[in-house]
Amino acid sequence: MLPCIGQEEARIERDKALVRFENVTFEYIRRDEEGNVDSITTALDDLSLHIKKGEFVAILGSNGSGKSTFARHINALLKPTEGKVLIAGMDTGDDDKVLDIRQHAGMVFQNPDNQIIAETIEEDVAFGPENMGVPTAEMRQRVDDALKRVGLYKKRLASPNRLSGGQKQKVAIAGILAMKPECIIFDEPTAMLDPSGRRMIVETAQKLNKKDGITIILITHNMEETVGADRIIVLEKGQIVMEGTPRQVFSKGDRLKELGMELPVVTELAQRIGLSGCVLTREEFVDAYKKALR
Amino acid sequence: MIRDITIGQYYPSESVIHRLDARIKFIGTIAYVIALFLFDTFWGFLPALFWLGMIIVLSDIPLRFIAKGLKPILFLLIFLALFNLFLTPGEVIAEWWIFKITDKGLENAGFMALRLMLLVIGSSLMTYTTTPSQLTAGMESLFKPLGVFKVPVHEVAMMMSIALRFIPILLEETDKIMKAQQARGADFESGNIFKRAKALIPVLVPLFVSAFRRAGELAEAMEARCYHGGKGRTKLHPLKFAARDYISLVLIVGFVVGMGFMP
Repeated sequence: MLPCIGQEEARIERDKALVRFENVTFEYIRRDEEGNVDSITTALDDLSLHIKKGEFVAILGSNGSGKSTFARHINALLKPTEGKVLIAGMDTGDDDKVLDIRQHAGMVFQNPDNQIIAETIEEDVAFGPENMGVPTAEMRQRVDDALKRVGLYKKRLASPNRLSGGQKQKVAIAGILAMKPECIIFDEPTAMLDPSGRRMIVETAQKLNKKDGITIILITHNMEETVGADRIIVLEKGQIVMEGTPRQVFSKGDRLKELGMELPVVTELAQRIGLSGCVLTREEFVDAYKKALR
Repeated sequence: MIRDITIGQYYPSESVIHRLDARIKFIGTIAYVIALFLFDTFWGFLPALFWLGMIIVLSDIPLRFIAKGLKPILFLLIFLALFNLFLTPGEVIAEWWIFKITDKGLENAGFMALRLMLLVIGSSLMTYTTTPSQLTAGMESLFKPLGVFKVPVHEVAMMMSIALRFIPILLEETDKIMKAQQARGADFESGNIFKRAKALIPVLVPLFVSAFRRAGELAEAMEARCYHGGKGRTKLHPLKFAARDYISLVLIVGFVVGMGFMP
């Protein structure tokens, strides 16, 4: 009987996962002018994966690995060709649930300019709640609260055009927060930002995860940003090729390079000069270096 | 700065007129324009001028700013006045070479110029005192009844506000593309008008491509934030009539009816 109970527990545990991909395949079908199928690109290939509530997951992969397609499945912008995606138990294929799913899982996109809709910051933050039909008094509260959390409350009446790239991304984050999501997907949010903007966004994401318990799914090119994650998932041709804690993944530097990715600079440096163990942060590097000197 | 461009030249202030509901200002402007065509003697200008003067004083907008708004139509104004002045038949009061000024012509020119000026000042007062987003919100609410005839009122209003937001972004982008093309030897400044128009093609094509790409991404971002049309939407700043709006409405009706009795 015991193994049966174990299985049952595993099933309950799995059902509790906030984001569940069950054998998901997604194909981009290109058609010519007559509507005949020209070519089929498989962006996700039989992908299964669970993300728990409160987790901070980083998704890595080179161009065309299916990262963005994966992200767009989580808030039902795309629907699987085969298989199932469940967000908080709701199937993204169910048209009645789509708005609910999008409220649960908000998404921050790459280009800061192309996701701000309104002419003032506070009106833009209110866009999501407005669509959800939140009453005005509560909306005011949500908007103020969201803007305070990203530190832009004082600028709430300004035009988004006057903000820096990093600040624009913060407006986008506030716009999601005002919808009270359980999960935020960041689709390469720092690709168009300068280093200080990058740091600002990654720190905001980490704070939201630690302080508010919001599940974060960070899709990125930049290895440094993934160091603080609970789990790293590496995608290649729509399949999971590596998975584990940052330390587990970065200790296999050769495999990462095969997949077209670089190690974080400190990790690379530590390996090159022959420090033992897998170093992830500057502090760890200093410690390991001191130890090696002794 | 190209970033600071606003459409309709909003003049920020906290005056009573600024705080009026955008719908009232819109109705008031239409009523005022109609009222300007209800009389045909100079007497009618007295109440119209008084009305306009009252709004200007209440709106806190400096006269210099208003005069600046007349500049673009100055040429049209002079042109029309001159035509009226010289080409209206009537009793000749002054004559020089082939030009004849008649009493009727003088009257017509003055009447027409005054009416046109009042028209332009009055309607620009609305854009001076109302932000573009208030204006679109007001128009959306006013035209909502047209939804019965399947007019996509909410969609048009949404398009207008998005257009307003993207004008500065696209201007900046045009500037960038022009500089990039100039760096590669493009020449926008010499040649006749056809040559110059042709030289703009390498600017317009990338601009269009990028505008479409932006539109696609924006649509995706809107969808990701639960946008599903105007149904069931609430507002952060809902339009609500205050006492001052009801008083203004009464005043506007009074003004138009009064103007109807002017000779």
